[in-house]
Amino acid sequence: MIQLLAADGTRTPHAELDEVLAGRGGEDDLASPQRLRGYYRDMVMIRAADLEATSLQRQGQLGLWASALGQEAAQIGAGHASREQDYLVPTYREHGIAWARGIEPWRLLESYRGVSHGGWDPNELRTHPYMIVLGSQAPHAVGYAMGLQRDGVVGTGDPETDTAVLALFGDGASSEGEVSESFTFAASFDAPVVFFTQNNQWAISVPTSVQSRVPLAQRSRGWGIPSVRVDGNDVLAILAAVREALDAARAGEGPRFIEAVTYRMAAHTTSDDTSRYRPSSEEEEWAEKDPILRLRRHLEQLEEIDEAFIARCDEEAHDLAMALHHHIHGMEDPDPVGMFTHAYAEPHPIVEAEREQYLDYIAQFEDEGDDVGRDDAAEQKGELA
Amino acid sequence: MSSTNLPIAKAITAGLRDALRADDKVLLMGEDIGVLGGVFRVTDGLHAEFGSQRVVDTPLAEAGIVGTSVGLAVRGYRPVVEIQFDGFVYPAFNQITTQVAKMHNRTNGTVHMPIVIRIPHGGGIGAIEHHSESPEALFAHTAGLRILAPSNAQDAYWMTRQAIECEDPVIMLEPKKRYWVKGDVDPDQRPELSPWQAEVVRPGTDATLLAWGPSMPLALESAEAAAEDGIELEVIDARSLAPVDYPTIAASVRRTGRLLITHEAPVLGGLGAEIAARLTEECFYHLEAPVIRVGGYHLPYPPARMEHAYLPDLDRVLDGVDRLLEH
Repeated sequence: MIQLLAADGTRTPHAELDEVLAGRGGEDDLASPQRLRGYYRDMVMIRAADLEATSLQRQGQLGLWASALGQEAAQIGAGHASREQDYLVPTYREHGIAWARGIEPWRLLESYRGVSHGGWDPNELRTHPYMIVLGSQAPHAVGYAMGLQRDGVVGTGDPETDTAVLALFGDGASSEGEVSESFTFAASFDAPVVFFTQNNQWAISVPTSVQSRVPLAQRSRGWGIPSVRVDGNDVLAILAAVREALDAARAGEGPRFIEAVTYRMAAHTTSDDTSRYRPSSEEEEWAEKDPILRLRRHLEQLEEIDEAFIARCDEEAHDLAMALHHHIHGMEDPDPVGMFTHAYAEPHPIVEAEREQYLDYIAQFEDEGDDVGRDDAAEQKGELA
Repeated sequence: MSSTNLPIAKAITAGLRDALRADDKVLLMGEDIGVLGGVFRVTDGLHAEFGSQRVVDTPLAEAGIVGTSVGLAVRGYRPVVEIQFDGFVYPAFNQITTQVAKMHNRTNGTVHMPIVIRIPHGGGIGAIEHHSESPEALFAHTAGLRILAPSNAQDAYWMTRQAIECEDPVIMLEPKKRYWVKGDVDPDQRPELSPWQAEVVRPGTDATLLAWGPSMPLALESAEAAAEDGIELEVIDARSLAPVDYPTIAASVRRTGRLLITHEAPVLGGLGAEIAARLTEECFYHLEAPVIRVGGYHLPYPPARMEHAYLPDLDRVLDGVDRLLEH
């Protein structure tokens, strides 16, 4: 397993990957002290947002929350290893990926709050919508990569042009047939896609040992897709491995597979109860491998971090959590009429008729002075006409 | 006019060829569609003309075929995928219903899914298991999808073009037992009728007979036979199964007062049930009889040597007409 930072923050040299991290030097140096501090801040920020989201769910503000606690290094590392032009295809727990792509945390919460099924324009932010049906997004990633090939933005040699896709899914999703079919398509067409599995050890209550007889990293090899197993709590190892794999995919060398070995510190979702299936000793063991603590120790060893910086990060994280709290508490329910808007791109007579029917129905309550919390139906019908 | 007499299969080929020529974002994907030209040869010659980047022979993986088409659509392409036989679409059911149908909605309208899923449709060809299914109700029940069911060469050409031009995902149910039935096609004259409209193909006064795709010849044959007994059936080709063109069907039912629906799919929970319920609601005071359905039984599609008893035929439709007129 590739590891560049030990749990105590000690740096292990790696001839090949250190070169990848150094990149072209200057601003491209993924392991510069400035960058390292940035990753630390990002991880602290996203963990604070994550904890606040759990709290918001407990307050009844969210219908559900899927925490990414413990997976910050895997996600912040993979997110920052990608280039701006790359397309990232996440699952529903990729809050660090979203953060790295500039998606505000409150937009992630839209679907968990139940105001929308999505929160951003995938093409604008080059990030696919969150995916609930496990593994379904993997073939999308390959298809997008096939589109990149047809657009001539693979293997040109120009780092600003060459583009790849990063497909993310968990160890549970890797058991889905569509992931296997995605390996087939990616290998058949040499698609510029990097499959990135965060093995967080548990698919709800089922451990990875039940899901796979071999390390997940070995699975793709049956398709001829090169793979590596990386310490998923080591942000530097993730950065190097993902950047290296994406560089290869962009260069036209075909697909790669990365297994990031990490741990889901919280429950699967807020509906889960980990005490029923996993021992607390396991959680304590993994707490020692905390990815944020690890980077902090490394920065301390480098003398590139001080108490003032740490306090500033904590303060920013607190402010982010509070902003998220207030944003969600202030978020109004959408007008239900909006649910008729985006079922189809082109006019659809059945949907239009049912929208009219709905507006007529709620209009009945207006005369009774019944405040049903909806916009003026008559006015809306007028706008439609 | 440049009307050409073409079999339905070749009309679709012409539609695909013209779409590929008109828009370089259109590409075809499917099993054996390249050099072989597809198991029904519908894509014959297109690989030679457009190359393997636009006419793509895929691995044998239906979920992969449809799933990758989603990614291509996000990237701005207009994929047309071929499923070899109707019974093979089920492995892709997840991708079609949870992904293709919902991506536009899920992205608040920012991403379109202009994907066409071509499926040879229906039975009556003496095939083995899984080669003769009628899955239209499964997909018609899924919001976000559109379904077209051409029954003749002209519709086959134009619906292919129009489905590819559509910004929504479209399932094209191609009547496989009629692939080699010829008809006039005019590729230069865009039809006045929208693809989403039903067509009254034979006027009548005593009852309305609604059918689509592979059942259309039976509907017309039944109308001719009934006419010999002095019963004038108005025959409607539904053409679009999602959305169904209710105004055209309802207008006919208001004229005739009676409706018989025939389709190959099982009657139980079939699309005919939905149409019957809605027409009853809309035309209750015009109906002089309950809506009658003649279709398949609540059984797995039977082995080929029994399919003649399973599929609606002339006698079963005429029996339905008799029951309709008894009231």
